[in-house]
Amino acid sequence: MLKSLHENKKVQLIIGLVLGIFFGFFLQKGGVTNYNIIIGQLILTDFTVFKVMLSAVIVGMLGVYLLRSLGFAQLHLKQGSIGSTVIGGLIFGVGFAVLGYCPGTAAGAVGQGSLDALFGGVVGMLIGTGLFAAMYPKLQRKILNKGYFGDVTFPQLLKVNPWVVVITFAILLTAFLFWMENIGL
Amino acid sequence: MMLELLFMEQWSPYMAGICIGVLSWFAFLLSDKPIGCSTAFTRTSGMIERLFRGSKVNEKPYYKEFTPTVDWEWMLVLGVVIGAFISSSLSGVFQLQWVPSTWAATFGNSLSLRLLVALIGGILLGFGARWAGGCTSGHGISGTLQLAVSSWIAFICFFAGGLAAAFFIFNILGG
Repeated sequence: MLKSLHENKKVQLIIGLVLGIFFGFFLQKGGVTNYNIIIGQLILTDFTVFKVMLSAVIVGMLGVYLLRSLGFAQLHLKQGSIGSTVIGGLIFGVGFAVLGYCPGTAAGAVGQGSLDALFGGVVGMLIGTGLFAAMYPKLQRKILNKGYFGDVTFPQLLKVNPWVVVITFAILLTAFLFWMENIGL
Repeated sequence: MMLELLFMEQWSPYMAGICIGVLSWFAFLLSDKPIGCSTAFTRTSGMIERLFRGSKVNEKPYYKEFTPTVDWEWMLVLGVVIGAFISSSLSGVFQLQWVPSTWAATFGNSLSLRLLVALIGGILLGFGARWAGGCTSGHGISGTLQLAVSSWIAFICFFAGGLAAAFFIFNILGG
């Protein structure tokens, strides 16, 4: 039943839209579509972004691994390499601070009326992704595959049952959130 | 109580995060996909380029991997705009604004300066997201929750680059 749902392209477009509406709603209610809150995180005066992201990761991880163990979901991992993940990540980080939004929160910021996110952020991202598409063949040959390590997960790397890592991460990340609250962040 | 939540200006960050975590279950279950945002911008960029240069754009190697069409993730990003609009309208914080207050407090109210900087930031962000193969959603939430090594490295690099650049912008240029 799930497979036929996954293959129904039209229904999937509607599900994507509905999930997106919830995503935008939660991002906005969490405060992370707000420039001031994102910059506050990056200059370490406001820890809302970490709190939202880490609690999403803890809850998401427990549920997705449970769905996987029950046979209702499979993982979709991204390939990684030093040349792609590290260099791209650092460029992204600089853009994150210069713009003050990331791609998803920029879309959310547009929804709450932030015109800098629309005319600066969205227009800039369209130019930036277009530039990347133009340079892709060259980057692919020269940089993106340097230090390739593929789509390995921590449980595979440590050669243990995934649940060992899931439970450990859940405890460590929760402890980290409690610690942040305790020291007043 | 539930209704009050819809009209609140801001939730506890933990509550918003937990809701996003639960939402990710539904993305895997109903769509067999992790939540992500940046490929929607790639596809749109390709669609715009196609308007000017025609169907040969489809032959670019990158657009063979990410065809310039409206797909699930494109609809998701459209949904994000709508969802944030609904949320901010219900709480009354929706406001057309050109220059955010934290920016204005350091660099003034100049519209052209803010737009120029935001445009440069957007270009770096779009370029870097595709270079890294994902953004704060695709790597930062969906990839990390799957315990992918690549996504945890990306997450660390996003914030390493972000903290360094924000420190430079606000404490050195603005200080």
